[in-house]
Amino acid sequence: MMVDVQIPPFERFYDAHCEEVHAFLARRLGRDQADDAFQETFLRALRAYASLEHGQALRAWVYTIAARVAVDSHRRQRNEGQLEETPVEDARPAYAELEYLAQELPHTERAAVVLRYGYDLPYGEIGSALGSSEEAARQAASSGVRRLRRRRAE
Amino acid sequence: MTISPEVHRRFRVAAASQDLLDVAYDLIDTPVGSLLIAGSRRGLCRIEFDPEPNPDLEGLARAFGAKVLRAPGHLDPVKQQLEEYFRGERSEFDLPVDLTPLQGFGRRVLTELARVPYGTVTTYGALARQAERPKAARAVGTVMNRNPVPIVLPCHRVIGSTGKLVGYGGGIERKEALLRLEGALT
Repeated sequence: MMVDVQIPPFERFYDAHCEEVHAFLARRLGRDQADDAFQETFLRALRAYASLEHGQALRAWVYTIAARVAVDSHRRQRNEGQLEETPVEDARPAYAELEYLAQELPHTERAAVVLRYGYDLPYGEIGSALGSSEEAARQAASSGVRRLRRRRAE
Repeated sequence: MTISPEVHRRFRVAAASQDLLDVAYDLIDTPVGSLLIAGSRRGLCRIEFDPEPNPDLEGLARAFGAKVLRAPGHLDPVKQQLEEYFRGERSEFDLPVDLTPLQGFGRRVLTELARVPYGTVTTYGALARQAERPKAARAVGTVMNRNPVPIVLPCHRVIGSTGKLVGYGGGIERKEALLRLEGALT
């Protein structure tokens, strides 16, 4: 059942998710990097906020943004540590590919698939992003993958 | 492990300074109680007595867009002018006001209201005549009651033709306190 959920004022969204997103980034990046990544995550969310079509699955949405910020931050650190030029990647990174493929999945499945296979998050983290259990996250990811397979077979 | 206040502050400053917000708001303490003050890109758009953040923020989001965030620094000029007003050091506000959600008669009446000088009072009927709707005193009352920016647009200076204070969106005691502060009531 799809219920049209109104987009809440940004303050409410921020207030509801800031603590857990910060904790998530601290686990991924360490305490030192977490503060900058946190600011970047919510600035990106704010920039995209007006183009949201409904207020469903906002928690999973902000986790996908945070996960991408963490990937970017890792990559930047790696690049700073290297003197030689890094090879140009010619393929789209896994998460970008998946976000594209998973576009038509229901919100929960989409977030589970993208966070699991695009960002390599453990199911426990995905469960907290979705506001459900580790087991529910595992099921959402696997039914998302099944749905994608069926679509490709069609 | 919680987020340090400095991290919250930095985010709020960055959001406002990068022009990402539809509405920046803050809560302030004044002699007439706590107020919610809010500004859109066009100017001051809300002053609310007895703030109740949930419904207030919903209302702002409906009127101006969902990117509503508490961003204290952004409203410093409003805060400063209100403080001066309450100290009795300011008799006119020099602030852009955003009345875009209002149209027609309501907007016309508020524009006339803005001209009522500090320290004086007028009546609902007189304001109706100025808005060229001499029979609309009651409708003027409704507009006053829904004034989005009380104090700055001085609906407290509008009273009944018999001299009774009549009513006030923020409660009659506040109307009285504001008129006393301005010296219009002794």
